[in-house]
Amino acid sequence: MSLGDILFWIVGLMTALCAVMVVVTQHIVRCAIWLLFTLAGTAGLFFLLGLDFLGATQLFVYVGGTLVLVIFGVMLTATGPFIQLRAGAGEWAIAIIVGLLLYGLIAVSWMFADWSKLPEAALPDDPKQMYHTEQLGRGLLGDTSVQPVSALPGVPGKPRAAEKQTGKLQPPPSRQASAYLLPFEIVSVHLLVVLIGAAYLARAKRKRVVAASQ
Amino acid sequence: MTAGTAVMILTIAAIVLVTFVALSAIFFIWLERKVAGRIQDRLGPTRAGGKFGWLQTIADGIKLLAKEDIIPANADQFLFRLGPYLAFTGSFLAYLALPFSRDVVALQMNIALFFMLAVMATEVFGVILAGYGSGSKWALFGGMREAAQVVSYEVPMALCVLIPVLVAGTLNLNVISQQQAGLFWNWYLFHDPFTFLAFWTYFTCATASCKRAPFDLAEAESELVAGFHTEYSGLRWSFFFMAEYGSMFAVSGIATTLFLGGWHTGLVPAAVSDWMYENLWVLYVLVSVAVFIAKCWILVFVMMWVRWTLPRLRIDQVMTTCLKYLLPIACTLLLGASLLPLVWHSLLPGWVKLPFRNPPAFPAAPR
Repeated sequence: MSLGDILFWIVGLMTALCAVMVVVTQHIVRCAIWLLFTLAGTAGLFFLLGLDFLGATQLFVYVGGTLVLVIFGVMLTATGPFIQLRAGAGEWAIAIIVGLLLYGLIAVSWMFADWSKLPEAALPDDPKQMYHTEQLGRGLLGDTSVQPVSALPGVPGKPRAAEKQTGKLQPPPSRQASAYLLPFEIVSVHLLVVLIGAAYLARAKRKRVVAASQ
Repeated sequence: MTAGTAVMILTIAAIVLVTFVALSAIFFIWLERKVAGRIQDRLGPTRAGGKFGWLQTIADGIKLLAKEDIIPANADQFLFRLGPYLAFTGSFLAYLALPFSRDVVALQMNIALFFMLAVMATEVFGVILAGYGSGSKWALFGGMREAAQVVSYEVPMALCVLIPVLVAGTLNLNVISQQQAGLFWNWYLFHDPFTFLAFWTYFTCATASCKRAPFDLAEAESELVAGFHTEYSGLRWSFFFMAEYGSMFAVSGIATTLFLGGWHTGLVPAAVSDWMYENLWVLYVLVSVAVFIAKCWILVFVMMWVRWTLPRLRIDQVMTTCLKYLLPIACTLLLGASLLPLVWHSLLPGWVKLPFRNPPAFPAAPR
């Protein structure tokens, strides 16, 4: 067992411990802090696996998200009845069942996945083949001739001739058409829905306040 | 290189860096007092350590070590203890990706800039926890102000950082610095009008994100006693200051790398520095690390100069400055910087062949 493996286990166990503490803790701010540590630990696991971008994004998005959660948790509920969160027995039961189902789903899909069919690392070693931001931008606009080559998992692409013959995934050649635009658009529409929903909620609240004051 | 070796190297680098952060905090606290004194027509510390009072911070440090460590009865013990460490960790982790010279960096990353911004955003968490965990109204107000301020200022700051990234085409700080080798007009500060303006906007946002005056609402003495660290004493209190001075140096390091040519002096041609790198590596590293640190110190000095020159803003003025002025400025600059190459290449008439300096092809970072 190398030092890297040991570190992975340590960080993984600490992350799992923090995740348990999120559930067990009743104090809302402490709960958010344990959530922060869980998410930061996940980022640490990504860094240990060499996935720098994913780890940094995890830190950026989730630490910022938890920050807003803490601010609103403190501002809106710290003086109210929700500073201590107590779950009833029924809620515990539902939570445990849902959690176990999710765990089972992940475990089953982990056991039945064929890990030997993973595609090779998509980044080229040759510096001349490295991507410029311009290529990414044009790729997002639908220009398939300049798209970065890494095929997205889960996005159907055309099977190439070599793959048809051997039945194995090949490392993608350059100019393989894989759509970044579709996932990008899905994320954009998702964000738009969230924005409209937030605006709607804020607006409904203000109307009620006006009505109450009259 | 196995993961084990990498971890060992990283540990050694981290020890060197944490020493550097602590020592530079000691230096900056002394400098701050001297600068404050001179600007206010005083001498600043003169007694401790003889000439220039250079031992003053050490004396302060011993005083802080000897102070009683008090945790208020109202405080949330766990959060109160956690706050200073989180603040310092966020500030210190940024140094892992900061290149001090060509390939002299603890962690060679392709996304070094993104990593630095991400971990520096966690520093505010320590402040919020300190503010909330202290169980004091002053501290809570300070923490809340800090949260509002930092979350707002991160937006224009990140947009300004994007502008030199657009020019460079990479997030690797090592490569960005190397692209600015040579004489000083190669610096991205002088690349085009948008990067020039982006530097000043970035520096303003960076000052605010380090909660330095005139944006130091989180610890406004005149209204909040000491803001988020009202209840802290001794070593825990000093951790916040190490974090503050550490992040001042880190944001100055980002500014230096992105706009001011990194470790390049800007006075010798690229061929000379490349020759030095090939043949006199030790001298090259020593000189370039000194140049980089000197540039960062100058920026930190400017922050201190601003602190003792401008009065503190009100909280609504701080938010107005960010959301009504800095954010539109940053968006305009980003739009302009994106459109400029397009206009330059395609919209100018054919007989105008003005050279548009593109960065040299960037090499892959060694892993």
